[in-house]
Amino acid sequence: MLFTSYGFLGFAAVLLLLYYLLPKRHQWKLLLAASLVFYLLGGAWAIVYILATAVSVWYAALRIQANAAQQSAYLQAHKDTLDREGKKAYRAQQKRIRRRWLTGCLLLDLGILAVVKYTDFAIANVNAVLGLFSKGPLPLLHILLPLGISFYTFQAVGYLIDVYRGSQPAERSLPRFLLFVSFFPLVIQGPISRFGQLSETLYAGHPYDGGTVARGLQRMLWGYFKKLVVADRIVSAVTVILGDVNAYHGAYALVGMVFYTVQLYADFTGGIDITIGLSEALGVTVQENFIRPYFSKSLKEYWRRWHISMCSWFRDYVFYPVSSSKAMQRFARFSRSRFGEAVGRRLPVYVSSFVVWFATGIWHGASWNFIVWGLLNWAILMISEELEPLYARFHAKHPGAGGLGWRLFAVGRTFLLICCLNLFDCFANIGDTLFMLGSVLTARNWGILWNGALLELGLTGVDYAVLAGAVALMLTVSLLGRRGSVRAQIAKRPYAVRFIVWYGLFLLVLLMGAYGIGYDASQFIYNRF
Amino acid sequence: MDELLHILNELHPDIDFTTREHLIDDIILDSFDIVTLIAEIGEEFDVTITADKIVPANFNSAKALYALIQELQDEA
Amino acid sequence: MEKADQRRRFVRIAVSALIVAGSLYLLQRLLMPKYVDGIVEGAFVAEYYREEKDHDVIFIGDCEVYENFSPVKLWQEYGINSYIRGSAEQYIWQSYYLLEDTLRYETPDVVVFNIQSLQFNESQNEAYNRMSIEGMKWSPSKVGAIFASMKENEHFLDYVFPILRYHSRWSELAPTDLEYLFKTKPVTHNGYYMRVDVRPVESETQGRILGDYSFGDKAWEYLDRMDALCREKGVELLLIKAPSLYPYWYPEWEEQVEAYAEAHDRRYINFLEIQDETGIDYNTDTYDAGLHMNLSGAEKLAVWLGRYLQTEFGLADRRGEAALDAAWKGKIAAYDAEIEAQYKLYGMERKDA
Repeated sequence: MLFTSYGFLGFAAVLLLLYYLLPKRHQWKLLLAASLVFYLLGGAWAIVYILATAVSVWYAALRIQANAAQQSAYLQAHKDTLDREGKKAYRAQQKRIRRRWLTGCLLLDLGILAVVKYTDFAIANVNAVLGLFSKGPLPLLHILLPLGISFYTFQAVGYLIDVYRGSQPAERSLPRFLLFVSFFPLVIQGPISRFGQLSETLYAGHPYDGGTVARGLQRMLWGYFKKLVVADRIVSAVTVILGDVNAYHGAYALVGMVFYTVQLYADFTGGIDITIGLSEALGVTVQENFIRPYFSKSLKEYWRRWHISMCSWFRDYVFYPVSSSKAMQRFARFSRSRFGEAVGRRLPVYVSSFVVWFATGIWHGASWNFIVWGLLNWAILMISEELEPLYARFHAKHPGAGGLGWRLFAVGRTFLLICCLNLFDCFANIGDTLFMLGSVLTARNWGILWNGALLELGLTGVDYAVLAGAVALMLTVSLLGRRGSVRAQIAKRPYAVRFIVWYGLFLLVLLMGAYGIGYDASQFIYNRF
Repeated sequence: MDELLHILNELHPDIDFTTREHLIDDIILDSFDIVTLIAEIGEEFDVTITADKIVPANFNSAKALYALIQELQDEA
Repeated sequence: MEKADQRRRFVRIAVSALIVAGSLYLLQRLLMPKYVDGIVEGAFVAEYYREEKDHDVIFIGDCEVYENFSPVKLWQEYGINSYIRGSAEQYIWQSYYLLEDTLRYETPDVVVFNIQSLQFNESQNEAYNRMSIEGMKWSPSKVGAIFASMKENEHFLDYVFPILRYHSRWSELAPTDLEYLFKTKPVTHNGYYMRVDVRPVESETQGRILGDYSFGDKAWEYLDRMDALCREKGVELLLIKAPSLYPYWYPEWEEQVEAYAEAHDRRYINFLEIQDETGIDYNTDTYDAGLHMNLSGAEKLAVWLGRYLQTEFGLADRRGEAALDAAWKGKIAAYDAEIEAQYKLYGMERKDA
């Protein structure tokens, strides 16, 4: 069920109504039922996958916790009889058991993800190798991707690791845990939430509060604005330009890149606004996933502000474990003795982040272009890390740089860089991406920017006017957002102003939204990840 | 404690680590710094900071970080 | 104090709700197509409700009825009070529900149905769905028509709130959208859409060979329902095939309809086969080379059909009924005025003048 379907709006409306009519202690059960219905509507067979993941993680977490409890009890009981070595040996032995549960469960659930998501990618690569020896290709399996599997698997796995680390008590109730894994606003495109954070409000009873519901709906409305007015409108030009590399390159490539980057922002942040807004209306607090990402002054900063839940997941569950692992520590010592202090210190960081960016790339999609995308991000981050001292020297020499002009330059530069990187999303063929990027540099067709050629891309002059206005509005809201919640700023205004703002926004979505006959509701871009 | 401050100052000479209490929340230490720190601390204090100890509470101030090191030394 | 607060709150909510409802209603009216010039077919269905509903004959069907028979001629020649409920490419389920809708207001003696739409078993085009259904007043019949017509990408809600369908028309608004915000102007003569110009048939038509000539189940189902409804209401059902040369009418189709009429004891007239009797001349009586009749053709068909209705169904001559005479006087004046205007528009000499 798409966020932009009548079905979803009706579903949400009925849910909200029932939710606040129910006794508070039953509210979370309704959320669970709604989530399962939502999931079933997305394809009945897919529920097997999410159930398998939820049940296995729930059970493994309980076993791990039981073992940890048993360990403390044993050590407590034998604290006088066991010597230091004995305790250590016992701890190590118990830890091995917990580790077995952890790895077994991770293998199972990441295995499911890997099989449904990467089997065809693997087969295609095997076929490419077989092709070298003129052997016939193996058939692709075309497994249908269960709804949101990349997101809920990560959520469940993160929880399991937290329980293993002892930083999160295990959830005893399977239904409650199942709700955490399947909570439907999150299941399509995240944010990848942490159990500790989400469970604070997910299971609690929420009395009806008009203000809370209104704030949630306002956020949803803003999400629909971004999604329907901007993303679903600009997508027609993006599809045309990126659909035909031979016809559209040079200046078109630049236009396509910028348009796609605008679309991606409007689509993804709009979708997350709908997710967080609906959750807020239900009294559930979901973590933020974006902080005005396109205002970033460097790629490093961008990755702290874009898709935060995914980045922090990779940081906490991949980057830190890899970089603090025994093998990596040994490598650190080795590289220091071999390459000296300066290089040796950085090498392990670079290797660890290589692993992270490779994983991030392949998480986004089972194809080489995403892997290249991830590794390019890595390379740029590492290069700018290396250039850090140079920047520092430059700024020391020119204390004036750092003013508004400089910051705008840095933001624009970062935005263009992101546009270029995003192009790797668009073509499965890396050669096409490189050709498009190269063609911008050698472009001779800059005339298309003003000779009317842009009107041939499925967008009319009116569409461009609407887009320009809508982008200006998004920009304004982002600028206002730096001073705190824009909704809170509006809420301080007199009633008439509030009414005009929110009803006006509703009318904008109603009249200027690209929905209905004539518009193909393009799926949320992040659905397929 | 002095050894720790020395390590920290080498990372960010411009920061006064004796007073700052929100090193993570204020994004003074990023993930790269933390990984570098772990390696340095491992070398200097002969303790292993595992991933489960890498939480903001342990890295927000030099004091907290030092407490973590001592705790790990006691356990070993 | 608290009470005053509460009252203020209540007033605020009430006023806001009124503003929202009122402005949405106005916007919806503004954005909906008015069908007063250019494509006027979308206005046909709604016109019926402004009529005095006391008809002897109701025509149901698509362009093969609303362009091919002149109710004015039927009145002038035979005193038969008739009305055409037809719209562009009206599918047979829409015809059925339009009949159902009509029979809620009146019970005519005869219903004339043109069977050309049997060839479609599914709605082909959303725009035609809209033009056939939107003009209907809300009733179970309209709901039925919507559900029977919707294509895969259509939603019932878009019919309930047409603003959802026409929301993007704001960029194409014309002065007529304001002018006809609350009023409308008649575009037909008792459902008849007039054209006076002439474009002769130039070549003989041949049908493309089809894989399967049998009509679909859904099409048959609605013809059955029409038949049953007429029986229930005691209305004669006359099946016809208008003399339009396009779309091609296959002999295989003809056989099926003849068999159906026979089996259900209904009369069926194929006007393509009685050209001699009707006097249709494809050099002078069509305005688009055979698809539709022009005024001359529509009047010839009315003359033939009127006689048939009188002799076969014994329809009375109602000229002399004061109310009807008065109503038709106005209608005839409008009819003549449009003929005049169209002759001027197409730069033609009026033959009988």
